Amino acid sequence: MLAVTAIALVRLHSLFAAAMLTGIYSLLCASLFVLMDAVDVAFTEAAVGAGIITIMLLGTLALIRESPDSKEPHRLQILPMAVVVITGAALIYATRDMPAFGDPYAPAHQHVAPRYIEKSGAEVGPPNIVTSVLASYRGYDTLGEVTVIFTAGVGVIMLLGHRRKDRS
Amino acid sequence: MNWILHYNYWVVIFLMMTGLYLVFARANLIRKVIGLNIFQTSVFILFISAGAVRQASAPILSESITSYANPLPHALILTAIVVGVATMALALALIVRIHEAYGAIDDDLIHRQNGES
Repeated sequence: MLAVTAIALVRLHSLFAAAMLTGIYSLLCASLFVLMDAVDVAFTEAAVGAGIITIMLLGTLALIRESPDSKEPHRLQILPMAVVVITGAALIYATRDMPAFGDPYAPAHQHVAPRYIEKSGAEVGPPNIVTSVLASYRGYDTLGEVTVIFTAGVGVIMLLGHRRKDRS
Repeated sequence: MNWILHYNYWVVIFLMMTGLYLVFARANLIRKVIGLNIFQTSVFILFISAGAVRQASAPILSESITSYANPLPHALILTAIVVGVATMALALALIVRIHEAYGAIDDDLIHRQNGES
């Protein structure tokens, strides 16, 4: 279903429909995350991906009032398609060495994850392990994340706020 | 039939290549950003599927559960999603400014205007 939505996104002509379909795509992603036991990520994806990104896209479309030139019919382009297919084939060849889906002995589950699962309840407190990792063990990541959001916010204000002053 | 267990990677690669194609082939800047968004989401799915464990449950501590999904990729991807929104907001703001400067959001039209001036 995700694949179908993605293809539809490639084929769609109307930018407005593409923006709405992005929201649907994010919601499908969120349900996929629930299926893979990542409830926290699914929450965030549903709120942020389906909510904020769709609103931002619609806001941009409202600001630029879709110029008529963007309606030109799309034709399949050979060179990008060839590059994409070759890269995809190489990547699929590389997956032969990857651990199988859901393998409990995959390398990803051997390093610090077991310690988080065993000790985070006693060391940090909250029953949700993701919260413990986010706020305590990897607190610096979250600090960096806040910095990135702050920088992006400042950037958006500098790009758009300046213009409003000019116009008034 | 060991190879069928890698289907999560195939989905990821397909979505990734779809996003890459959108970025390459479309002149419209908003479509390029949507392509980047698809690419980004495919990386999220890759990480979350790497953290999934067969017959495990969500990583919330409970007496009756013995097997949890790996919480580390979840925490990383939570951060990544939020950072993704921040970059997306910046990209869309840039597009609005480009539209003001050139009156177009089409790559080809912008290049044409640059060539003429």
